Amino acid sequence: MWIYEKKLQYPVRVSKCDPRMAKYLIEQYGGADGELSAALRYLNQRYTIPPKVVGLLNDIGTEEFAHLEMIATMVYKLTKDLTPEQMVAAGLGDHYVNHDKALFYHNASGVPWTAAYIQAKGDPIADLYEDIAAEEKARATYQWLIDITDDVDLQDSLKFLREREIIHAQRFKEAVEIIKEDQASKKFY
Amino acid sequence: MEKPVIDDAYYKLLRELQEIDFVLVELNLYLDTHPGDAGALNQYNDFALKRQSVACEFEKRYGPLMNFGHSYSGYPFQWKESPWPWEV
Repeated sequence: MWIYEKKLQYPVRVSKCDPRMAKYLIEQYGGADGELSAALRYLNQRYTIPPKVVGLLNDIGTEEFAHLEMIATMVYKLTKDLTPEQMVAAGLGDHYVNHDKALFYHNASGVPWTAAYIQAKGDPIADLYEDIAAEEKARATYQWLIDITDDVDLQDSLKFLREREIIHAQRFKEAVEIIKEDQASKKFY
Repeated sequence: MEKPVIDDAYYKLLRELQEIDFVLVELNLYLDTHPGDAGALNQYNDFALKRQSVACEFEKRYGPLMNFGHSYSGYPFQWKESPWPWEV
């Protein structure tokens, strides 16, 4: 069961009319290393990960949905007042003819989200290494996004998200150590 | 209940709640991998208590934060009223 809370995890403001940035931000909405992939990856892996780290996957997976909502808010705010002509001028013509101003789970190039972006191997070390890699890739994407905008408000929210990727990667690395220690210990029944 | 005014006071209180919740998310994830850290656990419980009073204050002024009976509602049903998070 999930309960929705009517607030963002961290404030999202945009101080510039820069609809082109919405086209790039959507990478973190429906792209391979985006927030949807992250949430679904961890919440799916948690059923079969060893008990000691179920809580971590559950909680990080849940936090990813809050990040997905922040990205959606950025895209929504950047596009809500656009005319069709402005969307075309911002490189969003392809998006407009299929979705109008609705958000959709695709990457910056318009490729729709696919479950092939995520893995579930059932082997805890393999799954956690995938999770660490996913966080590092998302961190890099946030850095590239920060680099291509000069909107300081948008950068502020993106920096928050970039830092969360670092924390998540660190926690997953701790989870690997917990699993390794558990696997190495002698068990008596 | 009259529609709440979204002014500086709203953003200030929302920010305060977001700050407390950030501490709680951080401590929660830390405790997931360090369950035996009593100091961190004390901080977690302290902030959980502080969170209740700030959330309660926010809801009194601006309406329910949560659905499915986790927040009280004034009449008529306030939950479905804007602003939604992406609108502020």
